[in-house]
Amino acid sequence: MTAITEEMASPQDGGEAGTPPDEGSGRLGPPSWLALGFLLPALLLLGALVVYPIIYTAIRSLFDATGKKMVGLDNYTAIFTDHDSLTAVRNTAIWVVVAPTVVTILGLLFAVLTERIRWSTAFKMVVFMPMAVSFLASGVIFRLVYEQDPSMGVANAVVTSVHDTFDGGSRYPGASVRDGDKSPDVAQAGAVTTRTPVQAGQTALLPLVGVKPENLPKKPTPAKAPQAAAGGISGLVWFDFTKGGGGTLNSPDATEAGLGGMKVQAVSASGKVVGSTTTKDDGSFLIKKLPAGAYTLKLPKDNFTAAYGGVDWLGSTLITPAIIASYLWVWAGFAMVLIAAGLAAIPRDALEAARVDGATEWQVFRRVTIPLLAPVLTVVFVTLLIYALKVFDLVFIIGGGDPNASVLAMRMWTESFGGGNNQGAGSAVAILLFLLVVPAMLFNLRRFRQENR
Amino acid sequence: MSTDTAAAPAAIDESRSDYSGAPRRSIASRIVSKVGGGVVQVVLILVAVIWLVPTLGLFVASLRSQQDDNSSGWWHVFTAPSQLTFKAYGDLLAKPDFVDSFWNTVLIAVPATLLVVGIASLAAYAFAWLEFPGRDWLFLIVVALLVVPVQVGLIPVAKLYGWIGIFGSIPSVVAFHVAFGLPFAIFLLRNFFAGIPRDLLEAARMDGGKEWTIFIKVIFPLGGPAIASLGIFQFLWVWNDMLVSLVFANTSSQPMTKWLQSQMRQFTGNIDILAPGAFVSLVVPLVVFFAFQRYFVQGVLAGSVK
Repeated sequence: MTAITEEMASPQDGGEAGTPPDEGSGRLGPPSWLALGFLLPALLLLGALVVYPIIYTAIRSLFDATGKKMVGLDNYTAIFTDHDSLTAVRNTAIWVVVAPTVVTILGLLFAVLTERIRWSTAFKMVVFMPMAVSFLASGVIFRLVYEQDPSMGVANAVVTSVHDTFDGGSRYPGASVRDGDKSPDVAQAGAVTTRTPVQAGQTALLPLVGVKPENLPKKPTPAKAPQAAAGGISGLVWFDFTKGGGGTLNSPDATEAGLGGMKVQAVSASGKVVGSTTTKDDGSFLIKKLPAGAYTLKLPKDNFTAAYGGVDWLGSTLITPAIIASYLWVWAGFAMVLIAAGLAAIPRDALEAARVDGATEWQVFRRVTIPLLAPVLTVVFVTLLIYALKVFDLVFIIGGGDPNASVLAMRMWTESFGGGNNQGAGSAVAILLFLLVVPAMLFNLRRFRQENR
Repeated sequence: MSTDTAAAPAAIDESRSDYSGAPRRSIASRIVSKVGGGVVQVVLILVAVIWLVPTLGLFVASLRSQQDDNSSGWWHVFTAPSQLTFKAYGDLLAKPDFVDSFWNTVLIAVPATLLVVGIASLAAYAFAWLEFPGRDWLFLIVVALLVVPVQVGLIPVAKLYGWIGIFGSIPSVVAFHVAFGLPFAIFLLRNFFAGIPRDLLEAARMDGGKEWTIFIKVIFPLGGPAIASLGIFQFLWVWNDMLVSLVFANTSSQPMTKWLQSQMRQFTGNIDILAPGAFVSLVVPLVVFFAFQRYFVQGVLAGSVK
């Protein structure tokens, strides 16, 4: 026995790796009934809780909700006619096409790029970590990311700050003209224009109300009627409101603040914008070099539009892409680690030979690395495909039961347990899912038989 | 959590390459690769940040007061530092149903893991080293079952459980997890066991060892690494599961995932429960991940590439 135990301690270096016994070579093998003893627990569980249910579900899918009346394939046709089911079918199709492809590409990209940095271990840990986290926790994490309010959700916080950097955002959301026909300006489709045309060389007054306190200048410059300028139109945009009352309506008072940074356009009679400027801090402006004639002054709409509120991530159009993005976050590490292991297994000689022959890095990658990686890429892709097909938790948590986000796995649950109460329909969806994984099953079987030939 | 980083690199870092060792580079190409290297660094730093921020956000949110969370995003903590507090965790752990759900998770995940490892090792040993008629066919069926979606099992098994009268109990959840975990487990272990040197078994059999003794004394110890990988995988899978417990568990046997799901209805209003709750639920998997990273990665590799 001691000899055995010694050998046992180091199986890797002792002798050649064995192969499973082939037919007729088990001279010392135990009787075959003994095998049954070893297999029995597994076979019982698999039989009762996996194999039998597949058959039961297949039969159940041909019956109606009560389980008493046979309805043939009606449950299946319902999947492709019912509106909510169709959405689920469509979304599953999107999932299956987009998710595995993007994750595999990302994984490949990360795996190749990490070979060029020193901190690749740390990077891999960071990207791989979400694999250990439950989909529920990932779902909660991404619900937080996708919160609509830009001050709450980090995705919209980033989007709005990028948007505002390029677009400036509007200075005076909600500001408008005073109602009534006394005021010299009128609201027109979101913009503000002068009520009557202004001749070049005249001045124009554009009083506004409804400016939010937080949008007022910190150090208000008292509003003052501007001087007329020859060959141009000068004017004033100001907040025609005196705190606590007082002041003259529609004319600037020292107690009222000029509104700086307001875009002003001069529009000719034919509707063409012939000049534009932005008001100074005191609210005054001057549009120079205007040919003689009458112009309408216009404060364009974008002065007043509400602040950009970010993207409606979980609205009906973006919800599936948004959930797929969270799936990327979870699975990219998986793809990366597998592909990196595949990369490490590529013989360096092949790469070196190509380089010596004068191939560029890109050619080496495209013509040598990718073909050699193909088997690994296929395995990663198929695995991800299966998981994309079965995705449930992320959709349930992030989508919160929104039918616009629904997928087949989700639909199966809703139909049979989550209120639908129709196990016939639920069974049909389950069988459809099962049929969809059959190609992957055959792929596995073929691969297994090839490897064991 | 960070104490294990010394051991970690070997596990995840199997792919160091020697791109830089290419012979005879022109100065131009060196400059290009330097600049390219800088771009790669920046891109990967950006990616790492994107991967870290969501989890960090959840953690910070769980440490802020409910008022803060309801009025502003977690990153305001950097510009307007406010009191970070573990109060939400205290409140959460004072909820008996949450604490129960934590222990339920343990009571589901641990037996489900041990049972899968035990039952699958037995079966895998039979598939790898015992002779019996129909062995290859039976194993092909196991390989085929690898990808069966749990959805096909839910309705019939729920019926079956109702009939036996164990629906809603912890054992019912465990049994379902074990059954659906078995194909992968048997597949993984059988491949590993088949690689054990034949001489070892022959010698043990020659010495008159009973199959059971050989299994316990030879196979089980040698299968250590594969069993560890499988155990970690199965443990995480069960710990993180939500669908199975949604169907089979009731309010007294529910794990954390189901309990948290029931709190999702009011997402924004319940963030003071959801953020710490989700974090508690992911601490155990993260500890397992960092502590046994080597085996975890091996499990991933064995499960797909093999």
